[in-house]
Amino acid sequence: MRVMVDLARCQSYGQCVFAAPEIFEISGQEVLEYDSAPSDEWRLHALRARAACPVQAITIGPAAGPGQDLRQPPATRPAADSVGVLR
Amino acid sequence: MSGYPSSRSERVVIVGASLTGLHAADALRDGGFTGHITLVGAEPHPPYDRPPLSKRVLAGRMSADSTGLPQRQDLDAHWRLGNAAVALDRDARTVTLEDGTTLGFDKLLIATGTRARRWPDPDEAALTGVLSIRTREDAVELQARLAARPGRVLVIGAGFVGSEVASVCRELGLDVTVVERSAAPLAGALGAWAGTAAGRLQRRHGVDLRTDTSVVELEGDADGRLRRARLSDGAVLDVDVAVVALGAVRNVEWLAGSGLTVDSRGVRCDPYCRAVDADGRPCDDILAAGDVACWPHPLYEGLLAVEHWDNAVRQARVAATTILHGPVREHTALPTFWSNQFGLNIKVVGVPGRADQVAVLQGSVERAAFVAAYGRGGRVIGALAVNTPRALDAYAEMISRRMSFPPDLNAADAPDPVHVLDLAVPAAG
Amino acid sequence: MSKSTGVASRPVSVSDVSTPRAELFARVLDPASRANPYPLYAALRSEPVSRQSDGTWVVSGFDEIAALLHDPRISSDMTNAGQSAGGQSLIMQDPPNHDRLRAAVMGRFTPEVVESLRQEVHNLIDGLLDAVGSGTSLDLVEEIAYPLPVSVICALLGIPPQDEARFHGWADTLARTLDLDPTMSREEQAAIDHAFTELHHYLENLVADRAEHRGDDLVSGLLTGGDRGEPLRGQELLITVRLLLIAGHETTVNLITNGMLTLLRHPDILERFRREPELVVPMVEELVRYEPSVQFRYRAALADIEIAGTTIPRGSVVVLLLAAGSRDPGHFTDPDSFVPDRIPNEHFGFGGGIHYCIGAPLARMEAQIVLPELVRRLINPRLTMDPPPYRPTAALRGPRHLWIEVDGIRP
Ligand SMILES: Cc1cc2nc3c(=O)[nH]c(=O)nc-3n(C[C@H](O)[C@H](O)[C@H](O)COP(=O)(O)OP(=O)(O)OC[C@H]3O[C@@H](n4cnc5c(N)ncnc54)[C@H](O)[C@@H]3O)c2cc1C
Ligand code: HEM
Repeated sequence: MRVMVDLARCQSYGQCVFAAPEIFEISGQEVLEYDSAPSDEWRLHALRARAACPVQAITIGPAAGPGQDLRQPPATRPAADSVGVLR
Repeated sequence: MSGYPSSRSERVVIVGASLTGLHAADALRDGGFTGHITLVGAEPHPPYDRPPLSKRVLAGRMSADSTGLPQRQDLDAHWRLGNAAVALDRDARTVTLEDGTTLGFDKLLIATGTRARRWPDPDEAALTGVLSIRTREDAVELQARLAARPGRVLVIGAGFVGSEVASVCRELGLDVTVVERSAAPLAGALGAWAGTAAGRLQRRHGVDLRTDTSVVELEGDADGRLRRARLSDGAVLDVDVAVVALGAVRNVEWLAGSGLTVDSRGVRCDPYCRAVDADGRPCDDILAAGDVACWPHPLYEGLLAVEHWDNAVRQARVAATTILHGPVREHTALPTFWSNQFGLNIKVVGVPGRADQVAVLQGSVERAAFVAAYGRGGRVIGALAVNTPRALDAYAEMISRRMSFPPDLNAADAPDPVHVLDLAVPAAG
Repeated sequence: MSKSTGVASRPVSVSDVSTPRAELFARVLDPASRANPYPLYAALRSEPVSRQSDGTWVVSGFDEIAALLHDPRISSDMTNAGQSAGGQSLIMQDPPNHDRLRAAVMGRFTPEVVESLRQEVHNLIDGLLDAVGSGTSLDLVEEIAYPLPVSVICALLGIPPQDEARFHGWADTLARTLDLDPTMSREEQAAIDHAFTELHHYLENLVADRAEHRGDDLVSGLLTGGDRGEPLRGQELLITVRLLLIAGHETTVNLITNGMLTLLRHPDILERFRREPELVVPMVEELVRYEPSVQFRYRAALADIEIAGTTIPRGSVVVLLLAAGSRDPGHFTDPDSFVPDRIPNEHFGFGGGIHYCIGAPLARMEAQIVLPELVRRLINPRLTMDPPPYRPTAALRGPRHLWIEVDGIRP
């Protein structure tokens, strides 16, 4: 599980800290810090935080990348046949 | 819309698999695109987040591996990681990769971002201990060096990244010298007034800040390890770690000869993210977004080139819209960014660096919780909020409305009286 | 499935609303509109910043409300609009005083404090449902929703159980003071004054006692201060504690009541919720958007404010119609539908900007515990009357009673 906070949107309301103190923390007066790769154990808490965010700045999902693309097992589908690779 | 089919046969190639590339792919799928998406990235890693590199990762509170960005949906994308694009052939509509592969495209999104500007002397730049911070590897190496507790860290350049590095050094209890050629840290982005305040803050946190000074030479020992730095005022510092934080250079070399308008400000675009060719005509099939792009913004003179997280995300979405539907949505978002340093939440909107006047309109600088508005030609053009992150939206609104400066707010927490300070007028552009 | 008798024909379409725009807010205030004010809001939204015939400015568009919630030209201190000094509490104050008081509360109203009440909430809902016994009908408001939040706040403040009954009485009376209600009668005002005085004396003694014997309750915490806030003392402490009681009471009552009402009006969603209890997380957020306890808040303009093609003059009374913004079709797809897993869901149910609800984490936790318990334990619940009777207040909107028939209560 990966967590991303859009800190440009974030206004440090701190609701995520209440929902998932294992992941989010306000350091100093107004600085939001968070663990972007929390243990799956905290999934429910992360979802609570995402729902509670007043500006909906939290994204949760699997780490982006080839591993997540279910329809593209690299070994079985060479890019050449479908992506338009011109030799 | 005719001319912009989003059919299964359409091939979108995105060069640059970082923040912009990921969000563009996401926005394409959100928009119902069912064609092929290929993400080409020079780095071996899937998209990761850079802001923590100079903050939590550097402080050792987060591993570089954890910076990988989440994806919101199955992107059904083809990833070509660790394989840089080396050439673009506009007529053939192909991109050639480092390994010789040629990718055909119907639409190309250029999202190659920037890289750290290197120390100008190549031999000195090659010394062990001379580092910059742009990639995961950079952050891992610098973090390890800081964790080894060097006697003193030299930071060259007091922009946002340099100041964040200095902040982390102090947090770790390390001695740090920041050398800045101009009169104050952050002055380029925030003007001299805020820069001076930032300088006071840094010194209060124990940073050895040397403004109006530059590093003239980095000296190594026989083993090629950094040992000393000579400054323009004749001072010599014993250091074994130097962080070069002199800003960024756009990754546009691979576009040489492509016929696009490209210079040190990046790939010239129209407001719909379409790259502009040498004759000034926008190309319908080639777009650019994120740190690598520059474009005309309705609120600001000349071209805007924005190297901030928020812009990357928003411009990626506009680019995706153009890919799917043609030029229907302009990229007019106000530049905005944040920085965390010395325990402060710093948020900026607009372009304060171009202002000719500034005034604190809420809160107090002494208590380190305030909002300052910036004006140019009698209009509000930017705002800086320190430890007041809930205040900034209102100022964004004032900028969009071109409200006259200083605005009459009569805010309950306004300083009494409000002082308007003149700033040296910077050149537009 | 549960059959609700006479479901109101909602939503009434905008074209049914024939009132002149400048009179629309007067109709919102009219108790006759209480059961379904949303068509009035939709009519207001066609001019997102609208001057009413009595001179108030009603703001009903999402963007406009968002802008004003963050605007330094907007004050929560209504003396700036020529009204007599209402409350002294932080909800009615501006920075810097507001920020100082709020920091003092936030410093002690921590995630640990909220979390420490979780078991208490479970115990309370268990006890309240047990007390319904073998009956086949209940008034959800009287028997469940009303008592629960006061008991939670008593636990938060460390009120000894033997004093709770008195607290419930004061809370009932004072709930109305969150509404700036011009229609309040002399008797009501007198009752409120009386409750204020009694509560005040009680709190004075409580504070004096805590000053001697600090505990781990919030009052002791506020007396001690924290890393982020200075200690509170004297009047300021009393007024702040009183605010927590008032602000955290009827709002939460209405959330629980509106939650059950909305579920009973949407049997398919109720069914899904039974199967997927984790749905409660986004669903509570959607409830606060769709049927918000706090429908609007008053503000005063400190300067002329140009917005949405008009200018709100300095000194005006401004109504931020939060509930209208949370149903703005410019911001939400299908805003009049209850979508339990709506994501994203950026609503104004808890306000926004510097006055964002302090108790939101507690309110969420209470609703996230109580609603699944109600749905689990009430067997075949049915609405007896729809729409239910509402309390008259417009800003703080919720049913006075919610009569429900059940086949029984599961253990
Ligand atoms: C240390 C640091 C801290 C930051 N902190 C903040 C902050 O606090 N707030 C803020 O708003 N912003 C911050 N930023 C800026 C933010 O990270 C950038 O704006 C953002 O990364 C831009 O995303 P991008 O995808 O456009 O470009 P980049 O992230 O630069 O990505 C471009 C990608 O393209 C790849 N590439 C380059 N050339 C080629 C090629 N020829 N072929 C294939 N791939 C290629 C690169 O390797 C890179 O992976 C920070 C940046 C750094 C480096
Ligand atoms: C469903 C339950 C609740 C709802 C819908 C709700 C809603 C709101 C709203 C809309 C505001 C903003 C007021 C404004 O901007 O003028 C607010 C403020 C406030 N709420 Fe709540 N509230 C709820 C529960 C609680 C609880 C349980 C508490 C306390 C324990 C509480 C304490 C406060 C306080 C102290 C403020 C004032 C904050 C300030 O002015 O800075 N609320 N609430």
